[in-house]
Amino acid sequence: MTPQTLFDRIWTSHVVVELADEPALLYVDLHLIHEVTSPQAFEGLRLAGRRVRRPDLSVATMDHNVPTEDGPITDPLARRQLDALRENCEEFGVPLYATGSGREGIVHVIGPELGISQPGMTIVCGDSHTSTHGAFGALAFGIGTSEVEHVLATQTLPQRRPKTMRVNFEGELPAGVAAKDMILAAIGQAGVSGGVGYVVEYDGPAIRSLSMESRMTVCNMSIEWGARAGMIAPDETTFAYMEGRPGAPAGADWERALDEWRSLAGDPEATFDKELDVDVTRLAPQVTWGTNPEMVVPVHGEVPDPADYDDPAERAAVERALAYMGLAPRTKIEDIAVDRVFIGSCTNARIEDLRTAAAVVAGKRVHSTVRALVVPGSAGVKRQAEDEGLDKIFTAAGFEWRRAGCSMCLGMNPDILQPGERCASTSNRNFEGRQGQGGRTHLVSPALAAAAALAGHFVDPSAVGDAA
Amino acid sequence: MKPFRSVTARAAVLDRADVDTDQIIPKQFLKRIERTGYGEFLFFDWMKQPDFELLRPEFADAGILLAGRNFGSGSSREHAAWALQEYGFEAVIAPSFGDIFRTNALKIGLAPVVLPEKDVERLMRAVAGGGSLTVDLEAQQVSGPGDLVVPFEFEAFARESLLQGLDDIALALKREEAIAAFEHSHAARVDTSALPV
Repeated sequence: MTPQTLFDRIWTSHVVVELADEPALLYVDLHLIHEVTSPQAFEGLRLAGRRVRRPDLSVATMDHNVPTEDGPITDPLARRQLDALRENCEEFGVPLYATGSGREGIVHVIGPELGISQPGMTIVCGDSHTSTHGAFGALAFGIGTSEVEHVLATQTLPQRRPKTMRVNFEGELPAGVAAKDMILAAIGQAGVSGGVGYVVEYDGPAIRSLSMESRMTVCNMSIEWGARAGMIAPDETTFAYMEGRPGAPAGADWERALDEWRSLAGDPEATFDKELDVDVTRLAPQVTWGTNPEMVVPVHGEVPDPADYDDPAERAAVERALAYMGLAPRTKIEDIAVDRVFIGSCTNARIEDLRTAAAVVAGKRVHSTVRALVVPGSAGVKRQAEDEGLDKIFTAAGFEWRRAGCSMCLGMNPDILQPGERCASTSNRNFEGRQGQGGRTHLVSPALAAAAALAGHFVDPSAVGDAA
Repeated sequence: MKPFRSVTARAAVLDRADVDTDQIIPKQFLKRIERTGYGEFLFFDWMKQPDFELLRPEFADAGILLAGRNFGSGSSREHAAWALQEYGFEAVIAPSFGDIFRTNALKIGLAPVVLPEKDVERLMRAVAGGGSLTVDLEAQQVSGPGDLVVPFEFEAFARESLLQGLDDIALALKREEAIAAFEHSHAARVDTSALPV
């Protein structure tokens, strides 16, 4: 038999129909739903007189435009969209974790937290960061609203078989360097379109030693270099994270599931359409300087000079990015002052991220010119952090401690940057205006964001004792 | 879905790589629950910059967009494709597209045409001062001023779907038997209705 990759195994076991000259019809094991990309899909069902085929394989939550401060929703459009989700879920029988239910949160945080993101599954959601769930050895990818409607109606999706790529993270990750730095460095190396058309499997010793939270950070940003999905073969770390979660199999089912999951990893002799090696041995904490995630340098580095680019199109892109970011060529990253710090998002708002950031800020104070925000990824993460006393550490240092949601990652709720404000952010996109019109986003790890909050500028988190 | 066969229209040139869907339609316009009402917010922030390409008089009323590589990267928001279509674009030509954007465009009858970088540049030069192109999906070619003709590849099934304006949900529902048979042999991995609330 032809040796198979993890992707091959999942793909093959989910093909419902495959005809020549047509995309395969792929079965969807889990459909995650949120308020922004679903209302038109439900409306489409209503207009066509269709039902949700498998509400028991679907779950919805409210995350993108929920306020993170106490009090009512003041934005009438946001309220209408949240109401629409509630009504649609009631009408079509889809389970919903609404705001205030105690289990709501960012859709890519609650899936794993509930134990419903499992190895070997196909998982889709009308959200590009669905790749996060690939950390469990699932094939998970983002879809548009028309596709959301397709999955609601049929529990399937027509899919062309993507190419496969393996990214080998070689070497041992230095202390103080995070999963976020690994994926930012990989994107810097491959470019923001380097993954287009591929499903990527992340592998190598540096991946194997990562916790599940960190693996989710890596897979989360697959879309930021255009990959269709990112995945990591499940192992004992995966199983230990999953055991006992409400949606995970239990008892004899758990043992059966383990047997199945242990056989998912790709055959050693299986081949990929492409391989990329990323050496992490000397990796330093990363900071983006521009308006897409490939525009990234180590924290000890400097902003590039457009004059160094021979290609006129590249030079123009760098010039445009620097103009938008309000940065002069060759500015040292550590000399860049920040106005805001955002610790949150589906990339970096899980319990480990909050613990890491709290360890940096414990007993210290946020710089007087910085406004800093911690937004837990879910109500569950918030509860756990509070049980561990992390909220006290953050608030004592001068951070605001908020309720769960997507918040300032994309600023659909009131948490936005003002024009010209500069933010050290643990989120995933530094696009123009992403966090607020005219806002300037620098992507960093939770430790570096925390260190920047204390120092008032970017700084290597390992040096924060001197900087603060 | 609205069928797409061919369009002859003025072409606009947006010669930038990696134009993400956050630029095409910013997040503050994603709170609508309708499929319409996005065209007027297309490239909302960039439209406020006087030197933005789409504001040039020679690109007014354009129906075809020529763009740089990796157009429509980033967020899965189908609103980006809706906004382009509502603004008046019927086809986008680029060296490559973000995967999700490309699918979204196909689903609504906005033709995403991939051409090698040098061909896109040739077309961009041809209409830089204003001009019309024809994107003909049946003939699989773009034609323009003079005798400029550039053939393009298009995946057969996607082409057929666009030409006929096929409803792929209806197509999948015709495979109900196959889906039911698959479900019979493929046990559900989770039961979301049994989760704690």
